[in-house]
Amino acid sequence: MTSMTPAGDFRSSYRADTTIFPTRGSRFAMLAGLALLCAAPLVFGRYELGLLIAIGYSAIAALGLNILVGFTGQISIGHAAFFGFGAFASALLVEWHVPVPLAIWGAGIMTALVGLVFGAPAARLKGLYLAIATLAAQFILEDFFARARWFSGGVAGRVTEPYELFGFRFDREETYFYIVLAHVVVLFVAAANLMRTRDGRALVAVRDHYLSAEMMGINLAYYRTLSFGIASFYAGVGGALYAHYLLFVSVEAFNILYSIQFLAMIIIGGLGSVMGSLMGAAFMVLLPEIVQSGADLLAGGAIDRVLRLGASISFLREMAIGAAIILFLIFEPDGLVHRWKMIKAYWKLYPFSH
Amino acid sequence: MEWTLLFQLVLNGLVVGALYGVVAMSFVLIYKASQVVNFAQGEFLLVGAWACWWLLTNWQLPFWAGFLLTLAFMTVFGVLLQIIVLRPLIGEPVISVIMATVGLSIFFQALVKWMFGVFAQPFPPIFSVERVSLLGLEVQSVYVASLGVSAFIMLGFWWFFTYSKHGLAMRATAFDQQVAQSLGVSVPRVFAMSWAISAVVSAVAGVVVGVVNGVSSALSFYGIKVFPAVIVGGLDSIVGAVLGGLIVGVLENVAQYVDAQWLNWGNMYQIAPFYALILILLIKPYGLFGTRNIERV
Repeated sequence: MTSMTPAGDFRSSYRADTTIFPTRGSRFAMLAGLALLCAAPLVFGRYELGLLIAIGYSAIAALGLNILVGFTGQISIGHAAFFGFGAFASALLVEWHVPVPLAIWGAGIMTALVGLVFGAPAARLKGLYLAIATLAAQFILEDFFARARWFSGGVAGRVTEPYELFGFRFDREETYFYIVLAHVVVLFVAAANLMRTRDGRALVAVRDHYLSAEMMGINLAYYRTLSFGIASFYAGVGGALYAHYLLFVSVEAFNILYSIQFLAMIIIGGLGSVMGSLMGAAFMVLLPEIVQSGADLLAGGAIDRVLRLGASISFLREMAIGAAIILFLIFEPDGLVHRWKMIKAYWKLYPFSH
Repeated sequence: MEWTLLFQLVLNGLVVGALYGVVAMSFVLIYKASQVVNFAQGEFLLVGAWACWWLLTNWQLPFWAGFLLTLAFMTVFGVLLQIIVLRPLIGEPVISVIMATVGLSIFFQALVKWMFGVFAQPFPPIFSVERVSLLGLEVQSVYVASLGVSAFIMLGFWWFFTYSKHGLAMRATAFDQQVAQSLGVSVPRVFAMSWAISAVVSAVAGVVVGVVNGVSSALSFYGIKVFPAVIVGGLDSIVGAVLGGLIVGVLENVAQYVDAQWLNWGNMYQIAPFYALILILLIKPYGLFGTRNIERV
């Protein structure tokens, strides 16, 4: 990936090179963006807030997957199963009278443990073999959810409690939005910081050239397994947030298509980019809405009657997901985050953008 | 223990396993020729079977005509997929290529659901005799035919890769692209050809399964069952793929039998191959018969 730093802008210390916000302006922009988001419940209706919440918990899980795929170069086609495990684990913890705020993090830790179990064989596998092994994990976990009634409520699903802190119930979109936002901020800052530590650099080294990394003294098995654990932790927390938003968890949601959606999020957002995970999640959550509104626009017309758009909207959404993945891979393999940087660079260097 | 039941199940396993073997073989063909892991293999079965069904029911074509037209269509389909989607991705990391085929897979699954609906549709009857007796067992004649078709395809593959010029060119490309190129093999054409052959062969398997069970979205699951088969058999061995397919076919039927008799866990038919897959990868990270890559810096 090419660097977008303009000529003449040299960093003179490691501190300056590893900072999260390269300029004061970018830090200010981030804070202003957060403040604007905090005002969102005043502006948006419940439906739009629901979409924002969905973007939030998806982004957390996508960030976990991005740490695994984008930063460590491993691949997982079973992320939705871990997301679902987190959702069920949190619901189970709540049933054991753990308060919801703790249950969410507890679910993350439980999912991380399961991820380590599946990650242990993954430490020896690469590329395609790993893809196949995680595909197997997806089916095995899905089967486990359907069968283990004590854990997931079986096919009937499991009902759970809303988020409650200091006697205040966050059971409406307007309030639960802040809970999701807080978790997103904490986990995104944690991930951005992880990439500045020795461990984070080790993960990137494993991705870039694992043989060289091993020669430099990086324990491959340890970091591959660790990366699986972190990814599962993020997936678990995302799943738990999902569970306490919908208040009902059921097996069918966590199928392979959902796993593929998570992969699509990080590819569309940008592999190996923290902000890209958020952009990709937003794109994938809003894509069905765009398809829906496109179909609504054509509703009643000749095209609608011939193609049966209204009746088959769910297939159209799936097709849009598949098409989005392929088109992004062919035309913008570095994702939305790259496009965003190009746009910024264009304005910064205008009119001398070449 | 009911021996006849067990025997019947093993026979079923062999029939289904032979089909898995055929699909696994066409998966390995693509992998060997172009280093692409095709997660959309099952959709070849799906598209092929639906196309054939559509020609037979909508246009009332006789079976042989519809079948041949389907094969022609799948040739074009495979080549077009390779040129439009996979060719721009040459040189990209493995993850991108895998994701592209995953994208193709959901796209076509949704597309056929949109075009043909979600319900299984039966093929018009092709065989006049429903069942034949084989070794004292009643076997559906479709099954016998499907075994025959599988064996025929396997023999065809063997002939193609041992004697025909194109097959030898493909093997040369799989061995070393640059050397093959310098000897006058057109590598892009080999890539396109491998996708075409793979699509056609998978479509044949799809039509066979469609004739047996009816055409439905369940066909795409054959593409996923391919993975246990190739992990058992080794990714770069066509013979291994066939063996792996047979093993997986027998394994899932026997697992279902064991489950129904003693365990009662349910759904072992679908899941058992994946447990086997994880176990094998734990012990041998390159599969049972796969070649271990020696990596140098």
